[in-house]
Amino acid sequence: MGLLDKEFSDGNIIITTTEDLFNWARLSSLWQVGFGLACCAIEMMATSASHYDFDRFGVIPRPSPRQSDVIIISGTVTLKMALRVKRLYEQMPDPKYVISMGSCSNCGGPYWEHGYHVLKGVDRVIPVDVYVPGCPPRPEALLEGLLKLQEKIRQESLVKKSA
Amino acid sequence: MKTTEEIFQILKENFPNSELTLKTDVPTEPFIIIAPFDVDKISLFLRDNPDLLFDSLMCLSGVDDFNGQKVKDENGNEVMQGGTLSVYYHLESTSIRHKLVLKTSTSRDNPEVVSVSEIWNSANWHEREAFDMFGIKFINHPDLRRILMPYDWEFGYPLRKDYQNPEFYQGMKVPY
Repeated sequence: MGLLDKEFSDGNIIITTTEDLFNWARLSSLWQVGFGLACCAIEMMATSASHYDFDRFGVIPRPSPRQSDVIIISGTVTLKMALRVKRLYEQMPDPKYVISMGSCSNCGGPYWEHGYHVLKGVDRVIPVDVYVPGCPPRPEALLEGLLKLQEKIRQESLVKKSA
Repeated sequence: MKTTEEIFQILKENFPNSELTLKTDVPTEPFIIIAPFDVDKISLFLRDNPDLLFDSLMCLSGVDDFNGQKVKDENGNEVMQGGTLSVYYHLESTSIRHKLVLKTSTSRDNPEVVSVSEIWNSANWHEREAFDMFGIKFINHPDLRRILMPYDWEFGYPLRKDYQNPEFYQGMKVPY
């Protein structure tokens, strides 16, 4: 039985705004690109595993950027990798979000001075929504970052331009 | 099992025309210095001689000796002229269980060493790394491309002591 077949008196009707519905749908199933860069990726995998259970927030790794909503830059972005990261980001469909995980992808981390091969922050090639500090961040910190991203998505508007 | 001194004597008997030096007054294990263009034939001998049987190249490392003349270039950066780059070979025999360190030095301005990738296959990528980081050319190497840095990296060899990082690479700012 479809929704429209039912009488209004049935009581099974929720009234909401389109914005809230869209935002709720988006933030509840953020599929991440199945992609890891360095030691932070180990923590990201731990976050995905049963103990911390990323899946309870609707986050599952997706093996294709074309079916993903969020990319977690988990580790050192070398200059060689930066071009690939940028290409992955460009292959994702809108709306797309970026979590920068760990000191390396935030600002270069321990490679900030003598890392001839390291991009000093992934925000030099793609726009970042949430920065998660740590070296590497614990799974709880990554979960906090995800909750921050969900908060951000909850505030989004269809008509107002995002900053 | 043979010590480095004994191996040095064997090499001296078998390569009377080669320049060989034994270096013992070092804080590490002693090593033998050989000429860059003798590396392949001495290596083959070390691998196949029944008393030596060095079947494993554990490590091949490039080193910038930083012993040349410091000069200022037109941009005011300090660059090195002359001097040497070195390659160290750490060998092990898995059957006789002895080890050996070889060193060869080549000029910084035209660094060329004969490849040993035909003798030990593990040398293939190690030599590519030494080429990538120091610009040492390995003669007869089957595939001497950069291995770690991007293939289009045109700003020199990063582990040389006078290396200058570029301002931009592919539109990305490199310095902090």
